Amino acid sequence: MTKISVRVWRLVLAAFCALVALWLVAPSLIVIPLSLTDKPSFAFPPTGWSTRWYGNFFDDPSWTGALLSSVKVGLLVALVATAAGTATAVALTRSKFRGQQAVRGLVLAPMIVPVIVVAVGLYALFLKAQLLGTTFGFVVAHSVLALPFVVIPVTASLQGFDRRLENAAAICGANRWSTFRQVTLPLVAPGVVSGALFAFVTSFDEVVMALFIQSPYLQTLPVKMYSSVTRDTDPTIAAAATLILAFTTVATLTATVYIARRNRVR
Amino acid sequence: MAVIDALTQSTRPGVGAGRAAPSERWGRLALLAPSIILLIGVFVVPLAIMLVRTFTDPHPGLENLTWYLGDATQRRVLVRTFTTAAKVTAVCLLLGYPYAYAMVAAGPKLRAVLTLLVLVPFWTSLMVRTFAWVILLQDNGPIQRALAGIGLDNLHLIRSNVGVIIGMSQILLPFLVMPLYAVMSTIDRRLVLASSSLGARPITSFFRVWLPLSLPGIGAGSLMVFISSLGFYVTPALLGSPSDALVSQQIYTQVSGLLQWGRAGAMGLVLLVATFAILAVLMLSIRRAARRQTRQAEDATS
Repeated sequence: MTKISVRVWRLVLAAFCALVALWLVAPSLIVIPLSLTDKPSFAFPPTGWSTRWYGNFFDDPSWTGALLSSVKVGLLVALVATAAGTATAVALTRSKFRGQQAVRGLVLAPMIVPVIVVAVGLYALFLKAQLLGTTFGFVVAHSVLALPFVVIPVTASLQGFDRRLENAAAICGANRWSTFRQVTLPLVAPGVVSGALFAFVTSFDEVVMALFIQSPYLQTLPVKMYSSVTRDTDPTIAAAATLILAFTTVATLTATVYIARRNRVR
Repeated sequence: MAVIDALTQSTRPGVGAGRAAPSERWGRLALLAPSIILLIGVFVVPLAIMLVRTFTDPHPGLENLTWYLGDATQRRVLVRTFTTAAKVTAVCLLLGYPYAYAMVAAGPKLRAVLTLLVLVPFWTSLMVRTFAWVILLQDNGPIQRALAGIGLDNLHLIRSNVGVIIGMSQILLPFLVMPLYAVMSTIDRRLVLASSSLGARPITSFFRVWLPLSLPGIGAGSLMVFISSLGFYVTPALLGSPSDALVSQQIYTQVSGLLQWGRAGAMGLVLLVATFAILAVLMLSIRRAARRQTRQAEDATS
């Protein structure tokens, strides 16, 4: 009797989880068929097929320009946030000092504080400093948002490995820098690589800050999408969404699988 | 995610700062400098600007705050923001709790799949997901037609609070599942076995053993979702309607439409204070729970 009811419960739970998983994953996937519709509308499901919205996307300089800006800003953010974040993670895990908790809190704060509040203040600041719509402005703004996503995985991998390896290198005569270069860095590489990918994705996907610090000359892809959605029904948006989906999914999957595989090896 | 780790972890005793060699101190400063400069320039200064403007723009004084807290419409918006966040949290809890439980109960392979199914959407574009909900929930869209098919005619999903809740809870669900899973995976399952061997029925051992032990995860996860909901902008802006706007949309309107920096600052200040008050409550309760647990462990060993 109980055995049967346990089995029924398991079945109910499995069905429930399948539905939740479907609810998590399926909605985003509908942009793919929509991007292949043959009508200039958002009618779903589409009744006929064409690839003309991709042609539209790549022929329109405002879309390709936005894509290029997004990729450029994303790569620079990955570079800046990864370098700064890795250094911070090393300082936070490798020494104890006054104010350590405060620094840790400050680094993680951008994940908690509502972005809209920071974005409005940033708009005021950039307005004065004439940084609106500049690559520099975008890169520093997004780097701060991306910082926690670098510090967290790098800290995790720094805490995960045997520190005696570093001591051994030092005993063998390596100085601090070459110990870091030849022992520490290769061992924390999975954390650094996934941090860089997450930093790229964070920037590539960011809308709220970008909405405030954009200018007609520099717009990122999500901002272009946002303003198009509010203005007109143009399936080119769906083509753009499909491209973003492909980009971010590949980056995230790479990062996740990379970490998982490294963990298994160890 | 790491905030969650920090939140769910029991508190560490404060680290006493030992005197370090000067070279080590300079090295550390060099390592921290880039991040700190970035954080001060792009995060602390903007927040400070908003704080200053709250009390100075257009005139020095408390007029922005008194306006904000005195205006009936704005108060309604504030209440709506909190109730929306509460509803989103409830939906996430209802869907996320069984899911996290299944992740713990599943074998390693299935667990990896279930984890990936939560993490990948977490990272796939917020903008794409919101756009997808615009398509799904639009008038005469697939969901409205399906609902009409089972007799629910003329339900307006987009440009309504319901649409906002659906979209936001789908986007925020991973924030609840991950800390909940982290806590559940540390629960000693033998406790459940022990309770059932002492004669508890499965439902009893769930409510008396499993649920209380998973409470820290419920607390951390639901407050993460709640806090994130309070400041959400894109999803409510695209799925909601101006007539039932949330605080974040009001902030946008005050700045970009009306150039009322002080008023936007007052809204931001209230939002920030609320966020940190909630966070403080969470931290305190976690600390207390951790202390209770260590005390129990000490009692058990002595």
